[in-house]
Amino acid sequence: MTDNSTLFRCEGISKSFGESQVLSDVSFSVGAGEVVALVGENGAGKSTLMNICFGMPSIINTGGYSGRLFLDDQHANFKSPKEALEAGIGMVHQEFSLIPGFTGTENILLNREPVISSVLESVFGPRINALDRPKMEERSTAALGKLGVRLDAGEPVSRMPVGHKQFLEIAREIDRSQTRLLVLDEPTAVLTESEASILIEAIRKLASSGLGIIFISHRLREVMELCDKVVVLRDGHKVAEMPTSQTSVREIASYMVLRDKQKGGEADSGGRRDFSNAPIALKVRDLWVEMPGERVNNVSLDVREGEILGLAGLAGQGKLGIPAGIMGLKLSGGSMEFYGRNLPLNNPRQCLESGLAFVSEDRRGVGLLLDETIQMNIAFSALQIKKDFLRSIGPFKLVDDAAMEENAMKYIDLLAIKCNSPLQKAGHLSGGNQQKVCLAKAFTMSPKLLFVSEPTRGIDVGAKELVLNSLRRYNQDSNTTVVVTSSELEELRSVCHRIAVINEGRVAGILPATAPVEDFGLLMSGEGLGDDSGEGAGK
Amino acid sequence: MNIKSMIEAAGWPRIIIALFLLFLFLVAPLVDVKISTSVSDTIVRFGRNGVMVLAMVPMIRSGCGLNFGLPLGIIGGILGILISVELELTGMSGFLTALVLGVGFGAVLGWGYGILLNMVKGDEMMIATYVGFSSVAFMSMAWLMLPFKSKAMIWSFGGSGLRTTISMDNYWTNILSDFLSFRFFGQIFPTGMILFFAFMCFLVWLFFRTQTGQAMSAVGQNPDFARASGVNVDKMRIQSVILSTMIGAVGIIVYAQSYGFVQLYLAPLFMAFPAVAAVLLGGASLGRVSIVHVLVGTFLFQGILTMTPSVINSAMSMDISEVIRLIVSNGMIIYALTRRVKEVR
Amino acid sequence: MSTNQIAVPSGHKLETFLLNSIIPIIFLVLSAGAIYLSGYSAPYVIQEMFTRLGRNLFLILALLIPIMAGMGLNFGMVLGAMAGQIALILVVDWAVVGLPGLMLTAIISIPIAIVSGILCGLVLNRAKGSEMVTSLILGFFAKGIYDLTVLYGMGSIIPISSPDLVLSRGFGIRNAVSLIETRGALDQMIMLNIKGIQIPLGTYLIIALFALLIVWFRRTKLGQDMRAVSQSMTVAQAAGINVDRTRLIAIVISTVLAGFGQIIYLQNMGTLSTYNSQDQAGMYAIAALLVGGASVTRATLVNAVVGVLLFHILFFSAPMAGKAIAGKAEIGEYFRVFVAYGVIAAALVLHAWRRRRGEALAARMASAQQAQAEGGTA
Repeated sequence: MTDNSTLFRCEGISKSFGESQVLSDVSFSVGAGEVVALVGENGAGKSTLMNICFGMPSIINTGGYSGRLFLDDQHANFKSPKEALEAGIGMVHQEFSLIPGFTGTENILLNREPVISSVLESVFGPRINALDRPKMEERSTAALGKLGVRLDAGEPVSRMPVGHKQFLEIAREIDRSQTRLLVLDEPTAVLTESEASILIEAIRKLASSGLGIIFISHRLREVMELCDKVVVLRDGHKVAEMPTSQTSVREIASYMVLRDKQKGGEADSGGRRDFSNAPIALKVRDLWVEMPGERVNNVSLDVREGEILGLAGLAGQGKLGIPAGIMGLKLSGGSMEFYGRNLPLNNPRQCLESGLAFVSEDRRGVGLLLDETIQMNIAFSALQIKKDFLRSIGPFKLVDDAAMEENAMKYIDLLAIKCNSPLQKAGHLSGGNQQKVCLAKAFTMSPKLLFVSEPTRGIDVGAKELVLNSLRRYNQDSNTTVVVTSSELEELRSVCHRIAVINEGRVAGILPATAPVEDFGLLMSGEGLGDDSGEGAGK
Repeated sequence: MNIKSMIEAAGWPRIIIALFLLFLFLVAPLVDVKISTSVSDTIVRFGRNGVMVLAMVPMIRSGCGLNFGLPLGIIGGILGILISVELELTGMSGFLTALVLGVGFGAVLGWGYGILLNMVKGDEMMIATYVGFSSVAFMSMAWLMLPFKSKAMIWSFGGSGLRTTISMDNYWTNILSDFLSFRFFGQIFPTGMILFFAFMCFLVWLFFRTQTGQAMSAVGQNPDFARASGVNVDKMRIQSVILSTMIGAVGIIVYAQSYGFVQLYLAPLFMAFPAVAAVLLGGASLGRVSIVHVLVGTFLFQGILTMTPSVINSAMSMDISEVIRLIVSNGMIIYALTRRVKEVR
Repeated sequence: MSTNQIAVPSGHKLETFLLNSIIPIIFLVLSAGAIYLSGYSAPYVIQEMFTRLGRNLFLILALLIPIMAGMGLNFGMVLGAMAGQIALILVVDWAVVGLPGLMLTAIISIPIAIVSGILCGLVLNRAKGSEMVTSLILGFFAKGIYDLTVLYGMGSIIPISSPDLVLSRGFGIRNAVSLIETRGALDQMIMLNIKGIQIPLGTYLIIALFALLIVWFRRTKLGQDMRAVSQSMTVAQAAGINVDRTRLIAIVISTVLAGFGQIIYLQNMGTLSTYNSQDQAGMYAIAALLVGGASVTRATLVNAVVGVLLFHILFFSAPMAGKAIAGKAEIGEYFRVFVAYGVIAAALVLHAWRRRRGEALAARMASAQQAQAEGGTA
């Protein structure tokens, strides 16, 4: 299957966005007919690496990269996706870029349609030529034929199942006769198992025809089944490159999540209490949540009073959908009980009134009013739900600025929010300080149970510690139950008592924070823990 | 703050219009236009139109966009006026009756209008425009049919159907304007009307300091935030539309007492556009508005409308006020619409 | 994988059909009622229908291409109408009459329409997602510029020699311009007379020619690109289609066609109402197209023809019907204004409502597919 000629090679690729180094000195190669898996946690640098290979503007506009790319041993430096396409690199993105009302054929040939030349061309340009429909059919059939799949390409895409859409995307790249390297970004993520196996078969077929393929996936079993070689990225470094024949799912998983400093180490477990006898604060049953990109399929979960529960998992697996669904921000179904009382879904107000609060991962989109003052942002929920911060003047009940300011000052001190005054606009604060404002807003509600999603995303190291500490303290001081959702496993292991790993919209397992890190890695990749440690997954 | 950021904060169109207005005031004496008359006219028209401009505020605040559906409020106000006249109520009682009835009709119409706008989120402005247009046409049929009897209002010949223009002279022309009015450089200053406008502005300002007002602003700024904080987004939007429509009703009544006439049939068709343009000229955008924008905008817009014809008429003896109005008001609206992209977060 | 087709509920198709044709059905009833009440004779009604079809249909063709490009109803078509009118005034002044006059007018209108179309397109590209309201306001704005040009510029800056055209003050064009010498030049070219009913075949042929052009246009690469842009600008852009340019071309074509349409309309009317004709052209063309069952995103030639017939039957019989009902012709006049505005409002509401409903449906279907997929793997 693999021959020895190197088709594509990265040498010493490094890239930083401003201060943060996202890729350092990454090298790997893809041979003709070879399928190379690129795996890693979110933020490991996979997308950035692929964007570099594809000459995306997001790379060019942020200062380019260092290191060199070679195609056929020729130095390649793509300044736009167009150049990359012309050089023979095809990329299939995670989001479908198909025109819904067009047929499969029309989509495969989008903007590359064969035309019938006419005299009008010389006056009005080539776009005035009529499309050559029979030829379009011919080419789409040929492209799909190479993939070895059968589908009705005459049907509008909007009526096709997801699997077919994925094939169309790939067929579009194949139709470019020059395509020699194909990058597939999580192609199986949206597919059913049977669809995925057809796709994997198709990819094999393509590789045997001499294409080089980079296969990005977190489904390690598929990687083992399909790929010749696996490259593992972690925190922007290449930590492993090995033939799949010489490794195992477990080894790959541990490479993905293991940080050097904690290699084999234990998460700090000092002062961890056991909550298995504490009363159940929130009981969730059969929850599904309609959240684009973070769909939750079926989650049942018990949160015990006073604990800090972590929700871990790779991006897109649904961990973020759980709090958003419970709090009524996204359409959801199932049932939940809060301290034994039934709580309706899809009703944010009732959740807030019952003593739940939520700090969203989408600070700027959901968490803040960017044009309002810090003090108003902090007070807003309490103002609306508890009618705090109001004072009566004659017949009117007006907003009490003094009380809001006092409250804001308290949290500015407590959380060390860096600002000029509580009257500064929230939009002018740095990410970390915005996050603290969001926390202060939730604390002002004095909730019984607090959901916090991605509390440290996009904020600097100093602020991270502060935010995590404030969560710990808040949990201890007021015995507030906290559910933290985060993509950073280490962070969860340092604050939580228990951690539930979410995979494909389900709870893959619940582990104590002190469990070995490889176990988390396996659960995240959709692998069970095997026979020895099935205990936590029995939810 | 340096000059560049000040200009950016104010926005180019505003500065150009303000400078143009200043220029007109400077040129006016050279072409024998009496400044005192012009200033006085501007002030009267400022008070006359101000409340209708104020009617833009709640809907912009709640994110329903520019209230091109202002004619609905105007229809509410006109109904109030007609009934008050039909009841032969004159003076303050007539004015107040018109106000109460107008606001009532405004509330009912606004409620229905609000429900409709909730059905068509994202397309509010276009639909508001045509809902406004078609309701004006519908009411034109109604004006022909409704059984009003007052001799002051129906055609003297033919018997039934309302006149196109109804004089308020025997009822309550200038009832606000004359209150505490005084002479100022030989011109009458309409104290009462200005005070009333100020009072309306104060009420609206006050409203946005209440819990409901804050919730409404939050809905406009960020519906997801509002929803996450337990605010009922649809309800807030409906309330803002009701409020805008009620203020619109008050607006036409204030207009009528100052102007001295009520115009029926197709006259209210295009009344929304100057009001929309004025608030934009004042510095509002599709997502932000304050009372200051209303005040500044109304003054600038009415200033231009007053000064341009008088100066240009005197200088070149031609009346291009209508053309100026079309270009300035619609130009301003286009400017705001094309900036929308940048403002979306 | 065959099970992944989501079954459409059986009532759904009928419902969709009714939703799509609700407006034409209502108008069929209204028009029939209005004819009956007006008491007009059958030959008269038929004659009017043929005349109005020739007069108005071309203007409506101008709307089809922007709809295809996903820009909604091009309220900015009044810019094209204005271009046509300016050309007409100039040609009348130069005293070129008859068919050659019309041809010259059409030729002169093209550059004016192209320039204003480009400006319109540039503005609309900056207001993606709110093209309709922007183009509407742009029409009002353009009226200001047009008035400035015609009312103040013509006869002063732009030389106009004919005293019949110029206002008594020495510049500016009169409110009404008589086109008596060009009147019907196109209609009369080939006039068919069947049992006393005149059919302006010449005009019909021109319309048919352009209708064919539009049908052919849909099959070109440019037409395909417009369809792509209308469905997803991001996908089209990603595929390398120049979205802004494609949209601009759609608007320019629409503006030029609107110019021709207005010239055809005016040669039939025989008088140019200098300051009002264009407004009516825009509003009635849009209303008629919607009456024919078109929506903001979909419009066909059939919609255009049906729309012209239904809308204009109602339009000319409304005053008499109003008189018959309420004893007042004004009622009928206001009624038709109401109908024109109301049908646009209704179509916009229906469109917005349907789109929201469609989004909800799509979300539900996605869940259903997912659920099925789940079922498959479990």
